[in-house]
Amino acid sequence: MTDAITAAPKAPIDWSTIVRRLLKPVVFTISCLPVLWLGWLALNNGLGANPIEKLIRYNGDWALRFLLIGLAVTPIRLVTGWTEIARVRRMLGLFAFFYVCLHLSAYVGLDRFFDWRAIWADILKRVYITVGMGAFLTLIPLAITSTAGMVKRMGAKNWRRMHRVIYFTTIAAIIHYIMMLKAGYQEPALYGAILAVLLAIRAVKKWP
Amino acid sequence: MLIRVKQKSDVASHEITPQSVYLNRRAMIAGTGLIAGSALLAAPRAHAALQKGPGVNTPLANVKEGYRKLGEKDAITPYDAASSYNNFYEFGTGKDDPAANSGKFKPLPWSVKVDGLCNNGGTFALEDFIKPHQLEERIYRLRCVEAWSMVIPWIGVSLADVVKRSDPQGSAKYLQFETVVRPEEMSGQRSKFILPWPYVEGLRMDEAMNPLAILVTGMYGEAVPNQNGAPLRLMAPWKYGFKNIKSIVRISFVEKQPENTWKVTNPGEYGFYANVNPKVDHPRWTQASERRIGDFLRRDTLMFNGYEEEVASLYAGMDLKRNY
Ligand code: HEM
Repeated sequence: MTDAITAAPKAPIDWSTIVRRLLKPVVFTISCLPVLWLGWLALNNGLGANPIEKLIRYNGDWALRFLLIGLAVTPIRLVTGWTEIARVRRMLGLFAFFYVCLHLSAYVGLDRFFDWRAIWADILKRVYITVGMGAFLTLIPLAITSTAGMVKRMGAKNWRRMHRVIYFTTIAAIIHYIMMLKAGYQEPALYGAILAVLLAIRAVKKWP
Repeated sequence: MLIRVKQKSDVASHEITPQSVYLNRRAMIAGTGLIAGSALLAAPRAHAALQKGPGVNTPLANVKEGYRKLGEKDAITPYDAASSYNNFYEFGTGKDDPAANSGKFKPLPWSVKVDGLCNNGGTFALEDFIKPHQLEERIYRLRCVEAWSMVIPWIGVSLADVVKRSDPQGSAKYLQFETVVRPEEMSGQRSKFILPWPYVEGLRMDEAMNPLAILVTGMYGEAVPNQNGAPLRLMAPWKYGFKNIKSIVRISFVEKQPENTWKVTNPGEYGFYANVNPKVDHPRWTQASERRIGDFLRRDTLMFNGYEEEVASLYAGMDLKRNY
């Protein structure tokens, strides 16, 4: 890189360096937009007649979307050959975890107002909550082991094997969504279809 | 002077003075020395206390002040919330969808068909259908099966009066209602994956004859907005919201229990009766508590939505766990 600078002024723009430098900050900023928008809505009375429900659903939606976006990274790499993109995978996974935490906090702290007995009863009795909780629990070890140090300590192979749980998490999240609905399953069906396509691309590309 | 017996209902039977749109009735009552006889206020002066509309739809005239027994914490839900947060799957499954997508819907002119086991059926223009009856403003709690609730000043006519006028035959055991089907105006109806259309609901004849049941044409002093079921909907306040079918085009007197839409769609979760009951949970969430729109904390759900005194006798001896 220093070479590029000393070789100036006529050197061509080094796009790959620019992309590499900007990729993470840009993805980070974009990933923050949903929660910033939510904050803006909250400050401007924009959460509608039932703000608590809105908070739960909005964050649940974005949690699931980030799980899927995270799962799209490898297929995109396989299809386009753009290896650089793999560097944002972990960040996207952590954003999924972040939005799940907001989702769960809204449920525990606002909807149920820390009524632990009612929450426990919900977890035991309401299957969609049970499934959601299962999905959440699988994310905790993944979040904890998301640091570079952990990857080293576990060995890349083990780490990768463990993080495959994310498929299960995402499937569980979609089931959680379907089970919570009364009718009109188009949206979770769309998410399910996206997941199926992402998995199919991996399967086709990895085992030709 | 009308003596009111102390009621066993959970809800204090005193009158409320919610929000600034209401004249301060308490002051009025005190001023005229009628403190003990607030029930008498249902007389001429009552018009002054009727809910004034926000000026969105046509104001309704000749409305009498009707039932408005509410509890201490039953303030009227703001019009904006009641008209923006709706379940009306004919316009989409999201809570904002009905308000967003019902602009094209034309509630007038409207006609209602009354048929089946009755001697005085026919097809009526809405005005003629309503005209023989007294419009009343009734302030009711509305409890959705999804565990949220509101308090809404409806305007409507007694369903019992409509039944009587139709002169049911002895074999008529139930009343069946049907919602209009207009996929070109109701975007939700264009999808076959939401619910089977038309939406169907029903009441047992004695439920329909209960004085609390009304056919609604207005709310908050004005014609009922599209998203709330214009121009004619049911309101039986002791039942979950979904029983209260919207945009009614047909009322049939039938012998067999109607196959109501939600029961057909998901019999394990929705029954025919759908009475508000904190002791019988929905399989996927608790019905013991609810969130009043505008409140932060949940509150306990009342048996029959607080209308136990008025309706409990309809279900004497019935197993409400099985007949949910
Ligand atoms: C990986 C974990 C999870 C994901 C991705 C997820 C995602 C979702 C999604 C997409 C929805 C539907 C939102 C909508 O209707 O627009 C939802 C609803 C819901 N989730 Fe989760 N969820 C997760 C975990 C949990 C957990 C652990 C709980 C509570 C213990 C929970 C409680 C709820 C509740 C109560 C609703 C329904 C909200 C309502 O009825 O208004 N979720 N979730």
